[in-house]
Amino acid sequence: MMSPLQVIFILVSAITLGAALMVVTTRNMVRAALWLVLALFGVAILFVLLEAGFFAVAQVIIYIGAIAILMIFAIMLTRRIAQDPGPQINSTWPLAAVIALAIFGLIVLFIQGWDKTMSTPPALPDGFAPLSDLGVALVSANQYLIPFEVASILLLAALIGAIIIAWDRK
Amino acid sequence: MTTETLIWLIPLPPLLAFFLIVLFTNRSRGLSHTIAIGAAFLSWLGSMVVFLRAIQTHELGKHPFSASIPWLPLGEGWFSIGVLIDPLGAATLFFVAWTILMIFIYSVGYHNYGQPEGDHDRKGLPPHGATVVDEHGHQHTVPSVEPMYSRFFAFIGLFAFGMYLLVVSDNLLTLFVGWEIMGLCSYLLIGFWYGKPSARAAMIKAFITTRVGDVFMLLGIAYLYSQTGTLNFREILYSQEVLDSLASTPSYIAGLSAAALIGILLFIGTVGKSAQFPLHVWLPDAMEGPTPVSAMIHAATMVSAGVYMVIRIFPLLSAGSHHGALTAPMIVMAIIGAGTALFAATIAVAQNDIKRVLAYSTISQLGYMVAALGIGAYIAAAFHLITHAFFKALLFLGSGSVIHGMEHGVLHTDDHIDPQNMLNMGGLRKKMPITFWTFLIGGFALAGFPLVTAGFWSKDEILADAFGHAHYGVFITLALAALLTAFYTMRQITLTFLGEPRTKAAEHAQETPWTMTLPLVILAVFAVSAGWVGIPEHFPLLGGVVPNWFHEFVGETLLEKPKGVEFNPIPLLTSIVVALGGIYLGWLVYRNVKAGEVDPLEKPLGALYPVLRNKYYFDELYELIFIRPSIWVSEVFTYLWIDRKFIDGILHVVADVSVKVGAFLRNYIDKPVVNGSGDLVADVTKSSGRSMRVIQTGRIQQYMMMALVGFVVLSGIFYYIVQRMGVQ
Amino acid sequence: MIPLSWYLIFAAALFSIGLFGVLSRKNAVAILMGVELMLNAVNVNLIAFWRYLSFETMAGQVFAVIVFAVAASEVAVGLALVISVYRRRQSIVADDINLLKY
Repeated sequence: MMSPLQVIFILVSAITLGAALMVVTTRNMVRAALWLVLALFGVAILFVLLEAGFFAVAQVIIYIGAIAILMIFAIMLTRRIAQDPGPQINSTWPLAAVIALAIFGLIVLFIQGWDKTMSTPPALPDGFAPLSDLGVALVSANQYLIPFEVASILLLAALIGAIIIAWDRK
Repeated sequence: MTTETLIWLIPLPPLLAFFLIVLFTNRSRGLSHTIAIGAAFLSWLGSMVVFLRAIQTHELGKHPFSASIPWLPLGEGWFSIGVLIDPLGAATLFFVAWTILMIFIYSVGYHNYGQPEGDHDRKGLPPHGATVVDEHGHQHTVPSVEPMYSRFFAFIGLFAFGMYLLVVSDNLLTLFVGWEIMGLCSYLLIGFWYGKPSARAAMIKAFITTRVGDVFMLLGIAYLYSQTGTLNFREILYSQEVLDSLASTPSYIAGLSAAALIGILLFIGTVGKSAQFPLHVWLPDAMEGPTPVSAMIHAATMVSAGVYMVIRIFPLLSAGSHHGALTAPMIVMAIIGAGTALFAATIAVAQNDIKRVLAYSTISQLGYMVAALGIGAYIAAAFHLITHAFFKALLFLGSGSVIHGMEHGVLHTDDHIDPQNMLNMGGLRKKMPITFWTFLIGGFALAGFPLVTAGFWSKDEILADAFGHAHYGVFITLALAALLTAFYTMRQITLTFLGEPRTKAAEHAQETPWTMTLPLVILAVFAVSAGWVGIPEHFPLLGGVVPNWFHEFVGETLLEKPKGVEFNPIPLLTSIVVALGGIYLGWLVYRNVKAGEVDPLEKPLGALYPVLRNKYYFDELYELIFIRPSIWVSEVFTYLWIDRKFIDGILHVVADVSVKVGAFLRNYIDKPVVNGSGDLVADVTKSSGRSMRVIQTGRIQQYMMMALVGFVVLSGIFYYIVQRMGVQ
Repeated sequence: MIPLSWYLIFAAALFSIGLFGVLSRKNAVAILMGVELMLNAVNVNLIAFWRYLSFETMAGQVFAVIVFAVAASEVAVGLALVISVYRRRQSIVADDINLLKY
């Protein structure tokens, strides 16, 4: 008998995977982007199930709020007509499908050969505050200060790079 | 800043100045000498701070300033290098810093800074003078600036670095490094005017002669290291245990103990560096360099370094001595030192070149110090080293000033005479008063004029020590040398400054600029006052008025502080009589030399005079014994017989065979086999490339698929292996 | 409770779908969408490992944060490239962008 949490998980993951499949197969690019929004939202729900509320919120804000919207804009900017005529899939797609399936199979094989896969999550202690711990970890010099700063420099570089690349010099 | 840090930093500014001048500022004369003098000043400042702290430190001998760092990893540990300033080092640092700074300042004036560039001056030759037109339209010839002005300051900067390094070193190896840097610099500076053939010859002579001593010294260092496993002064010289074991180890050479053999080998280094008999020949020739160099080499640094080294290792030299008996190296030193002192003094009497007289007097005075050390008069030797450095630097710079003034006269009158020959001078006291008075002070200090000069006190102490310990042979030799010293010094002063001018050039000589006279005045102060710190306690009247500070201070350097000798009137009277007698005789003989006359001593000395004049024919002797045979060996034996006939013959055979083998290899191996296979590889590569380029579609997704196919295959293999391993 | 393997298999499936998108789509923007799906799969893995195996240390969360930053940068630069290419060649079909062909 499945617990309610398990039911929720199966429902959400089925919807997410279905949406993801639509993202990679649908012909109309705008619809594909909207399916992507749905898939990303499903992942956000999984984050909630994993008791990582911060990441659920960040997922919604960054992925759905920024990235997906950015993509929709890019699609609209790069289409001459509202339709996407002709097939949107390469002729080599069967090979791509085989590769993707093979990798999936490999990963499943590796998961099976590992003994911790059936473990259940340990209970979080009372008063455990992962968000403040994360904040401390990111700015402590003996923990992850340097990766954090490198990430910030990466973001800055991407910002400048995007502006330079997309600049219309005419 | 701690004193130790400061000591580490002392040698660095001159080295930095050397590189700055060579690399960046050599086009600007003013900038170059500013950097060099600034560096010398910084080192001087550091030295003075260290010196002041040293004399305020209680029992510095037991707890000297020292610090070291591990430098060279060896099999079972580290070779450490470091700095050490004990009382001897502090006193040495004092005089080295002063003389070096004075010489740097003096060099500005000596090389005619601020004068116009010469009309025909070329690099590598001394400046010949420049023609200028004054406001009345008269043409004048004036001294011109040295063409390689910046290079000179770079070199003496490096020289100063070598000397400071040597003084602050706490071990024989870095001391030797400083020693050799000075050897290189003396080579470069003696041959500074490399356009003159005589300067070239002198530079080579100095380098090779000192090299003879250095090789023996290096042998001594190596032997010492193999015996003790360290070269640190304090570990060797201040440990009775090490000294005893060295003194009791036999060396299997001439029945000497290891300590004695090491001492003699190291002393040979000093013989070369401090120009003792029989390696003294290079020093007079070294006068070919510019005068500040002569002062640098012969007073402040290099020759002092030799004596400093033997004073430093004195505990080793005297190791194994019982109840004041002399050890083998000490006997050698006493004989060579005393002999050199007298021998060089006799030569100095018959020289007419103002700088050569001083060169021989330097050799003679160094002999004094070596002899003093040989009879165990440690403090007297150190004392004379310091006073001598001051008054000899003063005399050399003074003679440079005289030559400079004479050159001015030569240019002015167009009277082409040798500006260094004393017989061409005379009466310069009126033209060059500052030079005269300072030179007089320096000369009287050298002669040992009683009571007021520094030279008297240090020389008297050596004589008193020799007499007090009953080394009468050394005593008499040194007393005779002192008489001759006073005589030739007065001869020099009389010929140069007193009487009437003997040439037109001398009439028009001129006082030198302040950059040259200021160092003279400062050094003159030291030439007088440096003696007051070492007045013996039991001296009549004066003894005890000023405490014998030098004896107390430097004496602490040794494990057991040496006792002062009992006062005895005989050596005192001797030194007063020889000094005053020599001065009087010198004045008497030379007061009335007229222009064009020969030396008044030439007739009474008869056949001896040419011998002295020609320095006992030592140069000719060495030419005959060493140089001719080695030239014969190199030109006839090695070149003609061995090289041309034997080695060339073998080479020709080898060459013929190689050519034939080469032709065979080319025609039968290279062309068909090697070339053929090379072409094959190229063709295969080209055709396979042509057929494989179709997979370069430029489509990123296809590349990615290929990569992933590879990844999947490899992961599958990996998984398979892991599974198999897991089963086992 | 939900076993860890469920999350891992879900992430593997999401990753493979994203990969398929990257390999097969013609439109460059769609390729970027596939990449986003793959990155999301990785994030699910990271958070799941953090929760199940070591919630005391924040390593998993920190890595997830950095994946977010990388994803944002990648999309920004990638879309800028797409727009730039479109401006010059009037096309964003990946197969048409084959300047590096032999």
